[in-house]
Amino acid sequence: MIGSIPLFDVLLVSGALFSIGIAGALLRRNAIQIFLSIELMMNAANLALLGYGAALGTHQGQVIVFFVIAIAAAEASVGLAIFVALFRHTETIDVNKINLLKW
Amino acid sequence: MTSSLPLWVLPAIPLAGFAINALLGTRFGKSFVTAVGVGAAGLATLAAYSRLVPFVAGSHATVVETVTNWMTVGTLSIDISFRLDPLSALMLAFVTFVAFLIHVYAIGYMHHEATDAGYARFFAYLNLFLFAMLTLVLAESFLLMFVGWEGVGLCSYLLIGYYFDLEDAAAAGRKAFVVNRIGDYGFLLGMFGIFAAFGSLNYTEVFRKAAEQPAQFGPALSVICLCLFIGAMGKSAQVPLYVWLPDAMAGPTPVSALIHAATMVTAGVYMVARCNVLFRLAPEVMLFVAGIGCFTALFAGTIAIAQNDLKKVLAYSTISQLGYMFLACGVGAFAVGMFHVMTHACFKACLFLGAGSVMHAMSGDLDVRHMGGLKAKMPITYWTFLAATLAIAGIPPFAGFFSKDAILSSSFEAPGLGRLLWFVGLFTAGLTAFYMFRIVSLTFFGEFRGTKEQAHHVHESPSSMTFPLVVLGLLSVVAGWIGLPAVFGEHANVIGPFLAPIIAPIAGHEAAHEALPHATEWLLMAVSVAVAASGLYLAYAWYAKQGGRTPARLAASYPGVYALVADKYRIDELYDVLFVRPLAWLARTLWKVVDVLIIDGLLNAAAFLVELTGDFLRFLQTGNVRNYALTFFLGLIALLIFVVGAM
Repeated sequence: MIGSIPLFDVLLVSGALFSIGIAGALLRRNAIQIFLSIELMMNAANLALLGYGAALGTHQGQVIVFFVIAIAAAEASVGLAIFVALFRHTETIDVNKINLLKW
Repeated sequence: MTSSLPLWVLPAIPLAGFAINALLGTRFGKSFVTAVGVGAAGLATLAAYSRLVPFVAGSHATVVETVTNWMTVGTLSIDISFRLDPLSALMLAFVTFVAFLIHVYAIGYMHHEATDAGYARFFAYLNLFLFAMLTLVLAESFLLMFVGWEGVGLCSYLLIGYYFDLEDAAAAGRKAFVVNRIGDYGFLLGMFGIFAAFGSLNYTEVFRKAAEQPAQFGPALSVICLCLFIGAMGKSAQVPLYVWLPDAMAGPTPVSALIHAATMVTAGVYMVARCNVLFRLAPEVMLFVAGIGCFTALFAGTIAIAQNDLKKVLAYSTISQLGYMFLACGVGAFAVGMFHVMTHACFKACLFLGAGSVMHAMSGDLDVRHMGGLKAKMPITYWTFLAATLAIAGIPPFAGFFSKDAILSSSFEAPGLGRLLWFVGLFTAGLTAFYMFRIVSLTFFGEFRGTKEQAHHVHESPSSMTFPLVVLGLLSVVAGWIGLPAVFGEHANVIGPFLAPIIAPIAGHEAAHEALPHATEWLLMAVSVAVAASGLYLAYAWYAKQGGRTPARLAASYPGVYALVADKYRIDELYDVLFVRPLAWLARTLWKVVDVLIIDGLLNAAAFLVELTGDFLRFLQTGNVRNYALTFFLGLIALLIFVVGAM
């Protein structure tokens, strides 16, 4: 049960996950990997919400997490569809090579 | 009184005629336009006389009729109200009547001149003019008079430029408008002054206050009267603002007769006579008025001698006669000035219509050098023109004699410079007789000097044109008989006592002269008749009998002087150098420097700055998603530092 873990530890893990996600999103060139990193950040946020919810003894944190999961699913399908369309067009998903929309 | 027409109907009738002709005239053709245009003028005349007859027969008491309140701003309250008093009655009597005659004349004159649309436009403008003129004459406040004042100016502009496809006519219209604006500005300033000094713009109130406390308004009145007179100078074509009137002859001849001879140009004299209470409290302005009038009379008279265009001679003669009227006002004889306005309207309208009749016969040619011997072919035009010429020359018993003689004797008895003004006036009377009989001789006597086609074409004008000529010719003979000089008996002068209530002397400001002895008056009359007759005889001898050899020799022996006079003293050229070109230069400079360089330059600089900024900032848009993400991240950190730091 998450309630038995101290809030500080939960936030520590959440922060670590978020940092890993940011590093991945900024440093990776593969669009899928960037995408996965963003998912990681989102889940770090979920973890923090759960931790706070447990610490405060309410259900609101968990409710928001459900919303986030649902929206993340929708976002994942849209994002993946964009990548498929992108790949059909350019035959690459290296974001460094996709920079048409500039000055 | 209850059964009589309200005064507002008088201007409303021609206004309705204008509206109908302007909106529907082109659709229904010439006979419809004629019926509406001339009908409106005729109805207005009838309506005017339906008020005038009881007024003249009755007590001559001033009637003020208020239609409605026009505006109320602070302490300024203006009513739309009309006033019938002896002065406006006199104007009303001849303005409506002459206007009606000229409308009739225009039927014949404009018949060949215009398309259906042009014909409708002409009569619409003519009606609009009549509306504005009646408003001017009947107004009870300075502001309503100004409405009419500007209205007649507008119609003058529109009708001078009637042949707007001719460069000259369009330019003449513009010139008239611009020169008149200068005068109007003076009138406006005068009005502001009146409101500042009296707190009202209604005649009744202003004149009452001025008459009650003359000393209180003295100094301010000089400025006010000077401004008002500048307005009159513009409208009534006095030196130095006279230059528009000769050019205005580019308009159709009925217009020259109605607007630029008989009615509109006398509005300035009317205004000065209307404000006689104010002017009499400003003696130095009166002297200025007399001086300008006298100088204008002489100046325009000398120009008229050397002109060969029939209408131009008449135009300069009009300016000269207007000068006489101001001379009369300036020496304090306002009633005499108005008397001359009235007689002048009759004989000058007759002269212009006669000139139009000649022009009609000569297929539009107005050069007197091409005419001659028209007496036999155009008898009605000849006899009426002759009557009007004798009237303007001042031969008794024609109309002009009495009014001009009254002006001369008033200036003779005026204190100060009176004798000098009288002498110049007398000399100008001789000039007038000379140049008028010169054109009569050249036009109607001797051999025909035009082309064969013209000789073949010459004919008397249709009856719609000769009828007004005959009426005005008769008036040129008899109109002066209402103002016989005192030597003919105590009650011979009708017009003076009629106007007296309006031109009542102010307490403590009575004219300081006693009536001239009868012997002096007879002598003055004899002198002026002799001068006029010698002018006539000289012109007849030189131009009709001798065929112009002596004047030609004179012109040849003084070529410089002759060229200067024939070129109208080159005043137009002088104004061109002094005013027109500097203004054009200023306008061009403002355009090229202020507008193009400074204003447009500032705008272009602002646009350039935006473009330049954009040129640098757009390199931030790399198109690379990772750069954007990094920016997000850095922004997030900055935000965090900010929030945490604030805690």
